[in-house]
Amino acid sequence: MDTHFAQRRRRDLIVAACLAVIAALVPLFVKDVYVQNIMVLTLMYAALSQSWNILSGYCGQISLGHALYFGLGAYTTALLFTKFGVLPWFGMLAGGAISAVIAMALGYPCFRLRGHYFVIATIVIAEIALVLIQNWDWAGAALGIDIPVRGDSWLKFQFTRSKLPYFYFALALACIAWFVTWWLEDSKWGYWWRAVKDNPDAAESLGVVVFNSKMGAAAVSAFLVAVGGSFYAQFVSYIDPESVMGFQFSLLMALPAVLGGIGTLWGPVLGAVILIPLTELTRSFIGGSGRGVDLIVYGALIVAISLALPRGLVSVFSMLTGRKEAAR
Amino acid sequence: MTAETIIQSLASGLLMGLLYGLIAAGLALIFGLMDVVNFAHGEFLMIAMYATFFLFAFFAIDPLLAAPLVAAALFVFGAVVYLLVVRFAMRAKANAGMVQIFSTFGLAIVMRGLAQFFFTPDYRSVTNSWLGGKTVSIAGIYLPEPQLIGAMLSIAAFVALYFFINRTDFGRALEATREDAGAVALVGIDKNRVFALGWGLGAALVGLAGAIMAIFFYIYPDVGASFALIAYVTVALGGFGSVFGAFAGGIIVGLVEATTALILPPSLKSVGIYAVYLLVVFIRPRGLFGSM
Repeated sequence: MDTHFAQRRRRDLIVAACLAVIAALVPLFVKDVYVQNIMVLTLMYAALSQSWNILSGYCGQISLGHALYFGLGAYTTALLFTKFGVLPWFGMLAGGAISAVIAMALGYPCFRLRGHYFVIATIVIAEIALVLIQNWDWAGAALGIDIPVRGDSWLKFQFTRSKLPYFYFALALACIAWFVTWWLEDSKWGYWWRAVKDNPDAAESLGVVVFNSKMGAAAVSAFLVAVGGSFYAQFVSYIDPESVMGFQFSLLMALPAVLGGIGTLWGPVLGAVILIPLTELTRSFIGGSGRGVDLIVYGALIVAISLALPRGLVSVFSMLTGRKEAAR
Repeated sequence: MTAETIIQSLASGLLMGLLYGLIAAGLALIFGLMDVVNFAHGEFLMIAMYATFFLFAFFAIDPLLAAPLVAAALFVFGAVVYLLVVRFAMRAKANAGMVQIFSTFGLAIVMRGLAQFFFTPDYRSVTNSWLGGKTVSIAGIYLPEPQLIGAMLSIAAFVALYFFINRTDFGRALEATREDAGAVALVGIDKNRVFALGWGLGAALVGLAGAIMAIFFYIYPDVGASFALIAYVTVALGGFGSVFGAFAGGIIVGLVEATTALILPPSLKSVGIYAVYLLVVFIRPRGLFGSM
């Protein structure tokens, strides 16, 4: 059993490395800016959903308020850059660190809550933050922040001529989020988290410090999501409270993991690769009429996948490979 | 700030709170019955508001008269949603909680899309209804009539619900199914039928609320979103599993909202509600009257 698990992990790592190399080569062949834009978003959502999955999937603490950390990352980077000229690279780390600290500060009272009380608390806290930022004049209030273009360099993390640098950063971010999950999966934290998810009382009685496990998951998850937010701010160069901290965003971040397979290593990646291009394509091909057909298709898809595949799209893959191994 | 303005805004807050209670009652009932949070609850409200609007616009039926019709229509709609979607979500063998959240959330998106498609994103309103824009003065306090009637309807609905749950056979079947869905099958109660009727009843309650809301609120495809979060907070504040907790929760939410609006700028008024929710669950993690 142990060797089987070790084998699977080695195989996961090799597959991931191959996929990353293939993904890195794609822009050499695909020059269309519209398609490149979709690829950047897909990678970003893969990274975000992977990070969300650490707290909500592995540790089982379902957060529908992660837009808070995304927004904190975006705002920290944008404010430091526009007000103090601090380079986005530092803003990114600062945003991540602030988010991780806030996640633990909020986790302190919130992790006593269970089930729906916890979920609603995460929604409500993100809403409070949203309303506060909408009323914070120094940070641009409801209008948001326009990030001025001050160059075209990796140093300032601004690129006006090409989308490619954003693509490679998003790819790196997705790889990092995946690798962190892969690494934690087999660490003591990973085992603690799964124990906490399955049965917190039993875990506690076996010596798992449930509270600390949740805090650790929250900090890692929030840090990575905030880095994603920093990236997004630089990528779109304009942020406003609703677009980076709105409730919709918390759901969008959760969706790839849920549809791909919550609490699994490949679920968020698979979910993002299928869901994000589909969302963007339905939006541009049938959403242009402004009559909601894209919403109908998108919503029906969510209903269908969540009902038909409660374990997510990855279950289709494991079913196929399972059969193959049985046939041998 | 005079004593009069304080009393005036607390009185309107109380009326609004009773309406919030009515909006949340269906959500609380469904949760209490089967531990499912309906993430399309706001969209149920939206559909009810549109139904009221069209009955008024095409058949000149006043929202007050339309209310029972809308409630009946929503009853059927709620039962159908259970039979077509939720029934299958409850059968999920893995991640049951997530499947319920995201299947009803997907349904909410479909409903918003359908509303945009058929009704366009335009804002609509019911103009010149019997109660619209009218106020009554009681002891120097002015109360808007739609909210006043809505509040009385809410109290009546909760009283009826109390007798229904405690005094009728169906109410007992509802309670029994809630206690142990497996055991009721042994005494010949069809679980699916009870759940479908429960969803119908929950939807009918929000239908009633929607008919009243349509009198004084704009109607548009996304209107449900703003009230859905208030409804979740109302139910959780009162405590999941307690229908009457939603009644108390609604009143608290209404009063807190009015008080916040007195102290803070109007754009911050929702912060008060959220802060009170957090305060309550941090002290009492089961809400005020939660059973589990």
